[in-house]
Amino acid sequence: MVTAIMSGYALSLAAPAVHRVVRRWSGWIIALLPAGLFAYFLSLVGRVAGGEVIVASYEWFPSLGYNLTFYFDGLSLLFALIVTGIGTLVIVYAGSYLAGDPWLGRFYAIVLIFMASMLGVVIADNLIALFVFWELTSISSYLLIGYKFDKAASRAAALQALLVTGGGGLALLAGLLLLGLISGSWEISALFGEAEAIQAHHLYLPALLLILAGAFTKSAQFPFHFWLPGAMEAPAPVSAYLHSATMVKAGVFLLARLSPALGGTDEWTALVTSAGAVTMFLGGFLAWKQTDLKRILAYSTVSTLGTLVLLLGIGSSIAVKGAAVLLLAHAMYKGSLFLMAGGLDHETGTRDITAMGGLARSMPVSMLAASLAALSMAGLPPLVGFISKEVLYEATLEDAVWPALITAVAVAGNVFVVAAAGLVAIKPFWGEWVETPKHPHEGPVGLWLGPVLLAGLGLFVGLAPGVVSHDLIAPAASAVLQKETTVKLALWHGINPMLVLSVITVGLGVAAYVWRERLGNRLNILDPGSRFGPARIYQEAVDGLPRFATAVTSVLQSGYLRLYLTTIVVVTVGLVGFTLASRVDAGGMWRTPDVRIYEILVAGMILAGALGVTLMRSRMASVAALGTVGYGIALLYVLFSAPDLAMTQFAIETLTVLLFVFVIYRLPKYATLTSRRDRVRDAVVALLAGAMMTTLVLIVTAEPLRSRLTPYFAENSLPLGKGRNIVNVILVDFRAFDTLGEITVLSVAAIGVYALMKLRLGQAGDEES
Amino acid sequence: MEVVLAFVIGGLYAAGLFMMMRRSMVKVIMGLALLGYASNLLIFTVGRLTRGSSPLIPADAAQPAAPFADPLPQALILTAIVIGFGVQAFALVLFKRTYQSVGTDDLDSIRATEKS
Repeated sequence: MVTAIMSGYALSLAAPAVHRVVRRWSGWIIALLPAGLFAYFLSLVGRVAGGEVIVASYEWFPSLGYNLTFYFDGLSLLFALIVTGIGTLVIVYAGSYLAGDPWLGRFYAIVLIFMASMLGVVIADNLIALFVFWELTSISSYLLIGYKFDKAASRAAALQALLVTGGGGLALLAGLLLLGLISGSWEISALFGEAEAIQAHHLYLPALLLILAGAFTKSAQFPFHFWLPGAMEAPAPVSAYLHSATMVKAGVFLLARLSPALGGTDEWTALVTSAGAVTMFLGGFLAWKQTDLKRILAYSTVSTLGTLVLLLGIGSSIAVKGAAVLLLAHAMYKGSLFLMAGGLDHETGTRDITAMGGLARSMPVSMLAASLAALSMAGLPPLVGFISKEVLYEATLEDAVWPALITAVAVAGNVFVVAAAGLVAIKPFWGEWVETPKHPHEGPVGLWLGPVLLAGLGLFVGLAPGVVSHDLIAPAASAVLQKETTVKLALWHGINPMLVLSVITVGLGVAAYVWRERLGNRLNILDPGSRFGPARIYQEAVDGLPRFATAVTSVLQSGYLRLYLTTIVVVTVGLVGFTLASRVDAGGMWRTPDVRIYEILVAGMILAGALGVTLMRSRMASVAALGTVGYGIALLYVLFSAPDLAMTQFAIETLTVLLFVFVIYRLPKYATLTSRRDRVRDAVVALLAGAMMTTLVLIVTAEPLRSRLTPYFAENSLPLGKGRNIVNVILVDFRAFDTLGEITVLSVAAIGVYALMKLRLGQAGDEES
Repeated sequence: MEVVLAFVIGGLYAAGLFMMMRRSMVKVIMGLALLGYASNLLIFTVGRLTRGSSPLIPADAAQPAAPFADPLPQALILTAIVIGFGVQAFALVLFKRTYQSVGTDDLDSIRATEKS
């Protein structure tokens, strides 16, 4: 199982090289891998249809309890076949469609990465592994949408798709982690048995919301649907593969996969059903409004995704079966139509359906494929799309909550999809001949093989639904429902409500097609989203972020040292003060000090010196005051048994004063630079900091001191360090490396001072001044 | 005595920070020096104060007689004093050169590296 996934990654590394060697036939050769995988998965049909679940487990992070586990059931099988089957056709197609493109080798590589990751998503059992594969599909989608990286629109669309799906991915990660914490297990298969415990947990709703956010962004559900039409900047094979048949269905897959554990609750039904219903209707309506071939298909894909989500929200047995049939049918007809649309674009040089017409004569094979696929999309017999629509109506009619409303929405959405199918299959091929930028003729076999095969398959399955109902649909439905189910599909059920609804849908759809232009403007009221909708919000957010960053930076990075200091001091005092006030008992802080009179004098001298430094208007006087502080501290060291410190301090203080005098002599006199108000504000801030430090010292010194190092140094100074001055022994023996570092710092500072003194400010300096 | 020194430390921090918030470069360096004193004194005080008993081992003993001053903070401060001096010397010379290059010691007038 893991070999199947890894082979995709392995070949993706080699794909550019393969392409370089066999330029002309690279598509056919690289497609052998997905074809082989398709055959392999096909060979598993018997086992899976028999109810077997193929599992595999590899050690991943055993110390953390994560294992790379795989779980291959009917649902995985259905997706794996779609992923590899469409993958084969798409790679063959891309070999012709992008022939001569300098980046084709890279294209193969990314498509293969995507295919492998998508297989990983549908086969993974471990939640974390699932997430990793999920994100890899988002990243490969980003790279593929931005495939024409020299076009600004392409890059913007790629980024939009990445931000939306990536943002959802983060939510999904949080949701999966919550789910793992709730159940205590990281295996999806282990969640199935714990549905009741999970749904009763107080974290169920947050986990559900986060996971739905991930699934809805990925599957372009309202209000996140806007990225999918934008993603149509990608080359046609990418649109057919990622943004119609597979990746956008990852969200649907996730809902289906987790519905045994999360589904069935009121929250699930309400959220999933309503999102699906709105998306289904809105997607259909917007598809009907477009004139760009690929955007029509994109919005109709949104509509289908909405239908799938709606069905999973309903969650009944028939609804789940309907979802499985629709999944298969949609992959066939929409994949075919997207590839056909790419072919038209390739041959005519335009994708605007108003700019083409009468192509049936010059491109008969494409016309045939498009007609078959569009009939399936519109849900007409005898194609598979008809069967799926019948099952859909059966499911909505049996909905437990609002059957009438849901059915009405489903019919309305499908009416527009029928009209959209007409737009893509009738408009370009029939009617009057319209001159197009390029002279159209049927493309090479690679370009029409995929559409014809997929459309033909749709017809075949429609005529003989028995070939999939037992082996593919039933196992997938059983996997979602977690119980044995049988599926019987047929074209003709006799005259029943579903058939009546189908007839109504097609009738209204034809009307919507015929009167499209006349109705179009009047129905704009149904689409308030274009002006105030989520796409606008996205754009505002993307534009607003740099503005926000600029504003924050200009406030924080003002370039004024005193503002930085003020910020640091105020924040520190605030945090420390809050902690002190809330956590520390200040009772023991006040003690009667044990002092000598001369000690008080020295302390007073230091404080007077410090005050003098801040108040003196003369430079020399303030240097003298600074010296007073230094010598005062040296005296303190003398008084409190630190002779080494006292000597150092006296020496250094003398040097400091000398240095100040020499340097300050060359600097200008003090001027009053700040206003009185500023000085008062700074003084308040500084005094706050001082008060905080005083409080801290009082609190700390009220506690007894327990040092384990001091006795060690005292005991071992003589025997180990051979010295009687313990401070010296610490410096040159116990902590000798510190002293070495100190010497290094001093040397560097000395070199710096010397260099600055000797520095000749040549022309560079003159330019500045 | 720790109680008294707590106020001295607070005063030194306040004076140092106040000076560092001035616009004149010289005052900023003086603020830096005051902050250095304050920090050294902080370490010293938190290590507790002992009168008239240096951490020295008498000639006829193997260990100093308790109570003796804690040698560890002293060793730390000794390093800090010297490093602090290095920093001050470097900052002073740097500011002096800055003054020579840009002709002002007002920090607010040298905010940008490029002329606007």
